[in-house]
Amino acid sequence: MESSTTGTSTKGGSGSPIPTPPGHQEVEEVVVRFAGDSGDGMQLTGTEFTKAAALAGNDISTFPDFPAEIRAPAGSIAGVSGFQLHFSSTDIHTPGDAPNVLVAMNPAALKANIDDLVVGGTCIINTGTFTKPNLAKAGYESNPLEEEALQKKYEVHPIDINKMVNAALEETELTSKEKGRCKNFFALGLMCWRYERDVEPQLANIRAKFKKKPHLGEANVLAFKAGFNYGLTAEVFQTTYEVKPAAFEPGLYRNITGNEAIALGIVAAGQLADCPVLFSGYPITPASTIFHYLSNYKNYGVTTFQAEDEIAGAGAAIGASYGGAIGVTASSGPGIALKGEAIGLAAMIEVPLVVLSIQRGGPSTGLPTKTEQSDLYQSLYGRNGECPIPIIAAKTPADAFYCAIEATRIATKYMTPVILLSDGYIANGAEPWKLPQVEDLTPFPVTHLKDANGWMPYKRDEETLARAWVAPGTKGMEHRVGGLEKDFLTGNVSYDADNHQKMCQVREDKVRGVANDYGDMDIEGEESGDVLIVGWGGTHGALRQAAGVLRGQGKNISHVQIRHVWPLNPKLGELMKNFKKVIVCELNMGQLRTIIRSEFLVDVEGYNKMQGKPFTVAEICNAVSELV
Amino acid sequence: MTEKLKRKDFVSDQEVRWCPGCGDYAILAAVQKCLADTGSKPENTVFVSGIGCSSRFPYYVKTYGFHSIHGRAPSIATGLKLTNPDLEVWVITGDGDALSIGGNHLLHALRRNVNLNIILFNNKIYGLTKGQYSPTSNEGTKSPTTPFGSVDYPINPVSFALGSGATFVARAIDVDAKSLGPILAAAKAHKGASLIEVVQNCPIFNDNVWDAVTNRKTATTNQLRLEDGKPLLFDNGNKGIRLTDDLTPEIVEVGEGKVAESELIVHKENGSAAYHALLASMAAPEFPQPLGVIKQVERPSYDELALAQVDQVLKERGKGDLNALLNSGMTWTVGPDGRPEQ
Repeated sequence: MESSTTGTSTKGGSGSPIPTPPGHQEVEEVVVRFAGDSGDGMQLTGTEFTKAAALAGNDISTFPDFPAEIRAPAGSIAGVSGFQLHFSSTDIHTPGDAPNVLVAMNPAALKANIDDLVVGGTCIINTGTFTKPNLAKAGYESNPLEEEALQKKYEVHPIDINKMVNAALEETELTSKEKGRCKNFFALGLMCWRYERDVEPQLANIRAKFKKKPHLGEANVLAFKAGFNYGLTAEVFQTTYEVKPAAFEPGLYRNITGNEAIALGIVAAGQLADCPVLFSGYPITPASTIFHYLSNYKNYGVTTFQAEDEIAGAGAAIGASYGGAIGVTASSGPGIALKGEAIGLAAMIEVPLVVLSIQRGGPSTGLPTKTEQSDLYQSLYGRNGECPIPIIAAKTPADAFYCAIEATRIATKYMTPVILLSDGYIANGAEPWKLPQVEDLTPFPVTHLKDANGWMPYKRDEETLARAWVAPGTKGMEHRVGGLEKDFLTGNVSYDADNHQKMCQVREDKVRGVANDYGDMDIEGEESGDVLIVGWGGTHGALRQAAGVLRGQGKNISHVQIRHVWPLNPKLGELMKNFKKVIVCELNMGQLRTIIRSEFLVDVEGYNKMQGKPFTVAEICNAVSELV
Repeated sequence: MTEKLKRKDFVSDQEVRWCPGCGDYAILAAVQKCLADTGSKPENTVFVSGIGCSSRFPYYVKTYGFHSIHGRAPSIATGLKLTNPDLEVWVITGDGDALSIGGNHLLHALRRNVNLNIILFNNKIYGLTKGQYSPTSNEGTKSPTTPFGSVDYPINPVSFALGSGATFVARAIDVDAKSLGPILAAAKAHKGASLIEVVQNCPIFNDNVWDAVTNRKTATTNQLRLEDGKPLLFDNGNKGIRLTDDLTPEIVEVGEGKVAESELIVHKENGSAAYHALLASMAAPEFPQPLGVIKQVERPSYDELALAQVDQVLKERGKGDLNALLNSGMTWTVGPDGRPEQ
């Protein structure tokens, strides 16, 4: 059963030479979750199915969810990997609260996911893996497929995918292990039939994906076709479903994940700044793929350096900025903790530094592959001394592109480190992105001062309070910088009491001044009303959708998503006054709420979740409804 | 042709604030002289340091200077070289900065062979924090944190550098300007990471800890001046080092009726790893302390290789077109009706 039907059921043609399913139904939106062992290729299946939805013009939102272990014990609950896709004929913002369709490739995947499936939802199960040992590994005492409970609650389709794939690949010379690895494409084929996807682009995609191993590509094509044809011929499925294209603004589109977007944003930022970029980092989940992408862009003005540790990652980036390039480093919570001292150094010597912080569950090693927003305090306060730095937060995968550009613009304009906060949800989740034209992006060419006339190392621009950027190699401007307190003008070491106060103040004023560049806030709904939902970062989709649902119920609810986490937009204070209640929803214990309370003296409420998962729309609707 | 610069042209206007008698003064003077003698350009020269007494060094040199954070100078210098490989970059560090908190960064700067000149001031003590023992302190060193004597085994900077795959390793004495100068010049001329361990005295917290090496009265017997291609001779040529059958060094009397010079080990800067390890293991007073260039071999520097790769990619792929990059992968066009065009 799909989530909502907008079309009518029609019978399929009976005169067709091949059997056609008896029903065709148009639905507005579907949430599908593929779940299997982490070696089952569920991420690939999900990604390919996403492409099919995008090609069909659906709006999409994805949520990959995988274990921290690369290969947890096969068949175990810990090893279950999932990929959820929400596709729709209308504008959507989230990967969906709960799946309507679950594809479970083994008992552990069924056990770990079945409770999320909506009652009455469709459950496609690979029975070929329901062996006694696998059932035991999943913690089933008896086979759930033989019990009525499952059948009563859901529309269950048990299929021995293992057997069918083996049969389809009988003629190939693949080993049985290799054959086993094709079964995800059977699932993909079946789902493509069910949602009436064009077959040819899918086959082309598979062949392209395996172009280096064409025999595997052909095997996967066979498995895909087997799945597709199974849907077509086996009369177990009564209906295929059509999700009409969503209405998009005209233009060229691609799917984009947050980490891809950040990498592209950094490349674009370097070009807009007309300045080379050095990215220097150390592998860490979920930030690593930014590094992977950038390493391919050496002919775009980006040099990458894999440092020996997180500290050196920041150190080399600072060395680059000191040398006149844009230093960029990326990490996640534990790595950002290690970089703290270096970020403080960049703040002290006042050079640009872009720090990409892709949050994950904490504290300590925490939940490396799960999402969370609990590093806001770390970004604001994770350094010794009075060390304010600007912080911005990406709200969606595509928005991360523009945030990377803005972070770089702020860093170079104000000569300061900037932290760009993203999270595991944005990093790995995908959405359609209407591609910008580079010509439409605003350039911000940087200047390296070469004229010593009237210059002093810490003399500041009157408007931005930034000092000039002088790169070594410039004659007549040799000077010394360092982490010791600086004289207000000469930059020489100063222990003078009044000077220290003055320097702390000017560093504070400089960062506060970043707010002068802010435009309008991202508000949806009226600018006054009963409840203002405040969020930041990756919760945007769930909060915006929830606010829309509540307004649809006639409630006076508005939503503002904060991009500029520090310094906050002064307009936020004014906005909050226009609402009877303000609720800050965030995936932490109330970090932004505390900051807003201290900045604006407004008694805001909080709604907080610490489960390593994004908000569902329903959770937000319930929480906000209680306030009205 | 610009006028040749003199040492004073590399002296900054900042008051030097090391303790009276500190070995750092001599090193500073030797480095400033080396810069002048070897034609360094102030605008193209950068001194990067970490934290510690020695790391104040950049403030006193009239070039670009960066006094950074504890132990991290090699990483900052690496980023700088990747950005502007034409700069002459010196890293100033101490035994604590380089081998304790910054051990990891030094290791990797050396193995990558980043084109840096690294001067490690080894006074075997933490001076700036008032005299705690360091990773190079002799066993039994009494200090505020080891009032009953340190029990941990010290690290040998030369062994560390050799083990890290360094391509240039040398040792010199702080106040011995005559030999320190040429070693600094050789380090500068070397393409790749050069590490110089400078035997340095801290008159306040660890006075005379290097006495066995530096005492002029015992210098002839306790110092082994290395010269490439020359046998290991010391004590005015009366003694030398020979290799025993079990590959350990032994001191022998040299001369007529004694051991012939031809039996001695010949110093080779590009000799075997075993030989360099053997040199590193020799220390006064058991052996004469090797001084001079211990190892020098040619290997491409990291900055050179990394930037050559960038050039190669540029050559093969051409300058990247950002619009094309954004539009790469699977794309689709939405037409004026808001629906995808097939």
